[in-house]
Amino acid sequence: MSKTLGPVKRAFAPWTDSAAKPAIEFRNVTKSFGDFVAVGGVSLSIYEREFFSLLGPSGCGKTTLMRMLAGFEEPTSGEILLDGKPLAGVPPYRRPVNMMFQSYALFPHMSVEKNIAFGLRQDGMGKAEIEARVKEMLRLVKLEPFAKRKPNQLSGGQRQRVALARSLAKRPKVLLLDEPLGALDKKLREETQFELMDLQMDLGLTFLIVTHDQEEAMTMSDRIGVMNHGKLVQIATPAEIYEQPNSRYVADFIGNINLIEGTVAALPGGGTRLEAPAAGLVVETDQAIAGGSAGVASFAIRPEKVRISLDRPAGALDGVNMIAGEVWDIGYLGDVSIYRVKLANGAVMKATVANTTRLVSRPISWDDKVWLSWSRDAGLVLTD
Amino acid sequence: MRKGLSWFNVTSLTFGFVFLYLPILILVVFSFNRSRLVTVWAGFSTQWYGSLLNNQQMLDAAWVTLRVGVLSATIATVLGTLAAVTLVRYVRFPGRTLFSGMVFAPLVMPDVITGLSLLLLFVAMDVARGFWTITIAHTTFTMCYVAVVVQSRLITLDRSLEEAAMDLGATPLKTFFQVTLPLIMPAVVAGWMLAFTLSLDDLVLANFTTGVGATTLPIKIYSQVRLGVTPEINAVCTILIAIVSVGVIIASIGVKRREAQRIRDERLAATGG
Amino acid sequence: MTDTSGTAAPAPGASKLRWLVVAIPYLWLVVFFLVPFLIVLKISFSTYAIAQPPYEPVFDQLSTVWERAQQFTLDSYRYLTEDPIYLRSYLSSLRIAAISTVLLLLIGFPIAYGMARAPSNMRTTLLMLVILPFWTSFLIRVYAWIGILKPEGLLTVFLQWIGIFGPDQQVHLLNTDWAVFIGIVYSYLPFMILPLYATLEKLDDTLLEAAADLGARPFKSFWVITVPLSMPGVIAGSFLCFIPIVGEFVIPDLLGGSDTLMIGRQLWNEFNANRDWPTSSAVAVVLLLILVVPIMIFQNYGRRTAQ
Repeated sequence: MSKTLGPVKRAFAPWTDSAAKPAIEFRNVTKSFGDFVAVGGVSLSIYEREFFSLLGPSGCGKTTLMRMLAGFEEPTSGEILLDGKPLAGVPPYRRPVNMMFQSYALFPHMSVEKNIAFGLRQDGMGKAEIEARVKEMLRLVKLEPFAKRKPNQLSGGQRQRVALARSLAKRPKVLLLDEPLGALDKKLREETQFELMDLQMDLGLTFLIVTHDQEEAMTMSDRIGVMNHGKLVQIATPAEIYEQPNSRYVADFIGNINLIEGTVAALPGGGTRLEAPAAGLVVETDQAIAGGSAGVASFAIRPEKVRISLDRPAGALDGVNMIAGEVWDIGYLGDVSIYRVKLANGAVMKATVANTTRLVSRPISWDDKVWLSWSRDAGLVLTD
Repeated sequence: MRKGLSWFNVTSLTFGFVFLYLPILILVVFSFNRSRLVTVWAGFSTQWYGSLLNNQQMLDAAWVTLRVGVLSATIATVLGTLAAVTLVRYVRFPGRTLFSGMVFAPLVMPDVITGLSLLLLFVAMDVARGFWTITIAHTTFTMCYVAVVVQSRLITLDRSLEEAAMDLGATPLKTFFQVTLPLIMPAVVAGWMLAFTLSLDDLVLANFTTGVGATTLPIKIYSQVRLGVTPEINAVCTILIAIVSVGVIIASIGVKRREAQRIRDERLAATGG
Repeated sequence: MTDTSGTAAPAPGASKLRWLVVAIPYLWLVVFFLVPFLIVLKISFSTYAIAQPPYEPVFDQLSTVWERAQQFTLDSYRYLTEDPIYLRSYLSSLRIAAISTVLLLLIGFPIAYGMARAPSNMRTTLLMLVILPFWTSFLIRVYAWIGILKPEGLLTVFLQWIGIFGPDQQVHLLNTDWAVFIGIVYSYLPFMILPLYATLEKLDDTLLEAAADLGARPFKSFWVITVPLSMPGVIAGSFLCFIPIVGEFVIPDLLGGSDTLMIGRQLWNEFNANRDWPTSSAVAVVLLLILVVPIMIFQNYGRRTAQ
């Protein structure tokens, strides 16, 4: 691929550097509870200062993976290394990683400052030093006026900050965050996402975050590991995950996508042709499919990459990368409108259109016969 | 950090349960002793159970105890359930503080005080003491236990279920009998059982409020125990323990069954079967 | 419980029913719980008479105010202060109850803690095992100890059998304060374990994980997290045991010696043996006054946790 995929967040990509030493390394880690395999043969390297997200539906094993790093679970097989040293047998209270719990796990009988000081006191740090560090942490999370309060006298967002401050107070090598924003409402969540990113940058820490919220993972992470049924399905940057999912599962899990099944054949010159006659669809892309052979595959295209028009689009190849249909439903979301278009075989394809002007005499309406079209590089053919 | 038992936990549990059960076990074992001495084992025998059957006083006492127990537990269940409904559902009414005080106080009130005060009431009212006064005394102190048991169930009950019933046109009375009562039934049954066993156990209240011809089993046992330990008493105690244990075990099996059924149902629902 | 959202506006016609639901248990408790106390109070201010009932009424007849004032007497209370046995009984009851409560905590906590740490499928069974003795008769459980503790009892037999005691040695525990402590601990143990277990079982495991994550060793976490957070159970269990133990009658009567002074026993004797109703009423009133503070704390506490 010569073209760049989406925006590049920052010039930080140690995973592309073969000389870089990972901060955390999972080597073929498996964890089973009785018959149930929670994590099956996961290998993963996370680098210093990286913001890494484990993303997946509940029960996919992402939390178990994190708990093994924190030391609450021992792997059934495989090993976990921190800075090259194996962690097996090291109890949680000796591991230089700290965790922010999904429930925050704030000690209800201790004030905010006592909660933050808890970890420092375990290390036998001097009183004055603890006091200074607690002050610093309170300032960092902007909770100075609340130092003497008990957790139940705080709002959800404030509790989240206390939990964050508590887990950061010991300056851990790696901070583990289990669904850190799960309990917050949408607006607060968005604000906090950026705060977390700034914090991670400023402190130069490695963050490993577990989440089921793809938007959260996309916004904050350097890289995302998508998990399903205890396996890591894809590890890549947010842009890669979105624009170049390696499977139908990832494509479908992240964002909105149209998936149409058809038969594929290699085109002379390296491209691929996919046909779904029932839907009246013919797709040609420049992408070479794995193995280059004919077979069943899915055409995947994001709705925002689909153009919608009343007239048949004039293309280089007539009838290719375009399809006729009827407007079935229009969803107006404010910033965009989603058109659900019914194809010849009854399947529905979605197209999003940005509402770039404020007032529009909407040219496309319910029951209109429309054409959907896209460019050669807009979609993907997925065989997995 | 996962839940698990350390050697310390296992040791304390073992010692704890040995402490709780060994004395009762010894008592039961020696009820089958051939010898009159309760410390020397002289072979297995059921003779003390046989001699109990001929002890008319003991049988009379058992019959009184049973009647008092069933009657007082039943009245106490009705009153206690009403009290629980009052406490949970009616938030404001005149004298609410006094009412909740009266419901909770008997739980910790020394029974000598309750017994004395009830006796003085019966004397002041100039009623003949006996079966009915014991029943009233037992009803009064056990209804508070029923109220607490039912109350804890009512608190967790989803209020919207009752609101839905009324929304669909059920009167408050119908709502109570068709929706609320079936849902709190396990607690009501548990309350009845608790009231019954408390009545079965009680010595002090019964002794204060009893009259001629109404001797309950605990009163009888107490008067004999003061004279010394005998295998007959062991036999009576064993029978009482057996009745209560069987009752409690049956009840808990019932609860477990229902729980298992619920889990099965949920699984069935989840698989869409 | 004082949540105002619970006050549904009474539907027309429903108010009669509402009234009935409140009135029936209310009236029952007033007649059979409140009024008897007022009578006890009244009799404690009466003079002792040999006649049946053995007290002179205070307010029974519509007498003049002057007469009432004359009949109203503090004799019984004066008597309580004159005879040192009463003061000693009250103090001894409080002492025995306090020591027993501490013993119960020390023995009950490890058991409740073990139960709460047990795997969840075992917990129901363990809970059941704690509750079962609670259902069996108090009297029977106390009686069981007589056979064990008496000089020629099973403890002696056992100690002689394992060789600690010679054939002529016997345990002299029955009819001592020790036997009373054993009996109380044995009888009240479920009352202590159940509230302790309830709070320990609710304890959020992730708090212990968080403590470990922040560097606290298991023993340290136990002291700084588990113990402070189990305080509600400790308080509930302590009051639940302490208050009735102060007024305990059966255990000191059957297991204690003649020198084991407890006020419940004193009251019983005063009433049944001496037939002195005013004095026993006064004993009851004073006992109640002593217990009012812990009972109020307990109720207030119960109301707060119920919310």
